[in-house]
Amino acid sequence: MSKLNRALMVVLLVCGPMTSGSAENISGDNTRSLDGQVQEIKSDVLNIASELSNLEERLLYPSGTQIAVFVSMAEAEKFRLDAVQIEINGELATHHIYSFNELEALQKGGVQRLYTGNIPSGDHQLNVTMIGKLKNGTDFNASDSFVIAKGIKPKALGITLSRPDSGSSGIKVGDW
Amino acid sequence: MFRAPLSLTGLLLLACLATSPSQSDELKDLYFGEALYYAHQGDFFAALERLDTEVKQHAGLDEPELDSLYFHMNDAEFSLGDFELRYRMHHRAGRAIRAVLEGAVDERVRNDAAYRLARIHFQKGQMEDATRALERIEGKVPESIRDDIEFLRANIYLAQGRPADSVTVLKRLQNSDGYGGFAAYNLGIAYLQEGQQQAAKQQLERAGQIPTSDTAELAIRDKSNLVLGTIFLESGEYDKAIPFLNRVSLDGPFSNQALLSSGWANLSIENLERAVVPWSILAEREVTDRATQEAMLALPYAYGKLNIHGRAAVHYGKALESFSAEVGKLNTSIESIRAGKFLEALIREEIRKDKDWVIRLRSLPETPETYYLMELLASHDFQTGLQNFLDLADLRRKLISWQASFDSFDDMVAIRHNHYEPLLPEVDTHFRELDSRMRLRIEQHKMLVRRRDDLLTTPRPEFLATRGEQAVLKRLEQIETQAQSRDSALGESVKTRIKRLKGLLTWTLETEYHERFTEFDRNLRGLDEAMAVVEAQYDQYVRARQAATHSYVGYEKPISRLRANVRSSIKKVDSLMARQGHELEVVAIEELRARRSHLENYGDKARFALADSYDRATQAQAKIGEKQ
Repeated sequence: MSKLNRALMVVLLVCGPMTSGSAENISGDNTRSLDGQVQEIKSDVLNIASELSNLEERLLYPSGTQIAVFVSMAEAEKFRLDAVQIEINGELATHHIYSFNELEALQKGGVQRLYTGNIPSGDHQLNVTMIGKLKNGTDFNASDSFVIAKGIKPKALGITLSRPDSGSSGIKVGDW
Repeated sequence: MFRAPLSLTGLLLLACLATSPSQSDELKDLYFGEALYYAHQGDFFAALERLDTEVKQHAGLDEPELDSLYFHMNDAEFSLGDFELRYRMHHRAGRAIRAVLEGAVDERVRNDAAYRLARIHFQKGQMEDATRALERIEGKVPESIRDDIEFLRANIYLAQGRPADSVTVLKRLQNSDGYGGFAAYNLGIAYLQEGQQQAAKQQLERAGQIPTSDTAELAIRDKSNLVLGTIFLESGEYDKAIPFLNRVSLDGPFSNQALLSSGWANLSIENLERAVVPWSILAEREVTDRATQEAMLALPYAYGKLNIHGRAAVHYGKALESFSAEVGKLNTSIESIRAGKFLEALIREEIRKDKDWVIRLRSLPETPETYYLMELLASHDFQTGLQNFLDLADLRRKLISWQASFDSFDDMVAIRHNHYEPLLPEVDTHFRELDSRMRLRIEQHKMLVRRRDDLLTTPRPEFLATRGEQAVLKRLEQIETQAQSRDSALGESVKTRIKRLKGLLTWTLETEYHERFTEFDRNLRGLDEAMAVVEAQYDQYVRARQAATHSYVGYEKPISRLRANVRSSIKKVDSLMARQGHELEVVAIEELRARRSHLENYGDKARFALADSYDRATQAQAKIGEKQ
């Protein structure tokens, strides 16, 4: 029994970073070879994904009519964003409810592509609504309207959200 | 260095990496921001797809400085390498970071890249390359990675068998905020590797008493105490081992091993009652743990030594029963893996949402006993294989969904084709007519604009005569020509009248010239506006016409190429999944067999010891009877 214990301890002490257990020795080389092939197929699939995205964009959202709406949070904003709704010319374009991970990604500086669609060139009415909760626990529901001009180029709109206060809705829209 | 610190180091490195998709102060490129959005959620495939496309598009621009990504290029290339690393694409990650290193970048950026490259090599076990990458660091180093670099350097030295160098580096890191506990422990290991037993013991003792509330540091503190206790145990200094083993917290990851060793240390100094305490605790814990299984035999062994043979027999019986049940479970697990249930369970998406998903696998019906695979699951090669298998399963899901979308694309293109094809010839014919008329008007407009510009420099009042005035002038000139011929019967009075009329007309044209020119200019400006509207409509029509064609022409080849690529990728993924899956199954079965053999061996010992304990208990009973 004592020998068994000691053997365990020896294993505990002498295992270096490059020495491996029995299971690893069985498959180490094969794993590395497979790993290389897996990396290759990942690269292939990424290329396919990129090409497919381009194709989809060309097919579904031609540049002349394309509008993409992106959402980001103003720097250092920590309020809880629950949902955002976008209406274009009074029609619901999209409504998104945020998960914890998505909210955290926005708070860390990520930008979410919330909507991609088609509109004709000219002026359009954009209504943005955000629903959330302030740090003090107060629920809020803020909306704002904007007029956006669509030209012949694809339109990319950036919506920046911050905590609403008495003077402003906390929703800003800008061209990118 | 021990395996556990290495894995902790790895975890720590990954944790640092997870927080570092760096960004400039102000985000100027939406698409880079979009990639970060996915990266922050751990979806590195989506992040890579977006950022890779964006960086490639940027590289193809004639004037990249006008592109919004220009402001983030260093960050973007860095992040690309980072995402590739996180998506376990080390080959590409290395290339991306090397590209940054070789580019004309700021010293801090280059040093950061060199550090990341070194980290990739370290994770791949390429210590020489990792050292070379670190040697490229010179000049200004970003404050945020100074300790990271030094800690990595110390770990590389340890892995290279250069403990003295590692000691020098680790000594400097003892007060580091981020690495204090880890550096303290690794310093002890470096001394140990160097053969400085006494220094190692002192250092490990220090590392085992570091005040902290951080979970990772608490674990490393326990680890320090366990290792130090084990060193004393190995050198036969059992009484010295006990206090360190007792310091290991009872609910930490090293508690089972510490309890087991504490029991052995006490037993070795004949402190049998004390040995029973830790083993009694341990014997009630998770039965699949190696230490628990050993304690289940050690505990009755101690009771036997205490001459409590009846209780020893009961515990041996319990152990025997437990081992038999576990052998049964292991047999079922092996069968379950052979039937492919293990791989099926691994790729079930819903279970992976939990961070302890591997443990939760056992809650699924017909899945193997994953507690027995925990050690295996923690090993680097198995982890690589497992992650690859899961990544392949994700890729397969994506490819299958894309494959389904090609039929929709085909339908969409066909519907557009059927809609536009009959319409467009008629539209084109009509357009050609309008086009020629429009071109004529455009030319006329241009001519009028030229005339106005000429009139500005060289006034020509006759150009602004009305149609009636022009007719009168023409008639007067005709009459004048007639009057000047020899045969003319027209008298001087007529000629005088013609002259007077012409003078009157010239008077009108000259005196009204500015007014007429202003009117002409106003009308022309009105025409300019109308022409601009016409031209805009013309352009809009041309774009709409092109868009109509582009909506269904030119998709056949890319769709069929992509369809073929997806099909062939699915085949490759299937083949790789089969190989990877088989390998995982073989290794898992191998591990379970080893554990089964171990348990069978324990079972034999328990069976023999049980019989022996019964005999001794019976003899003891008989002796008591005889005495009575």
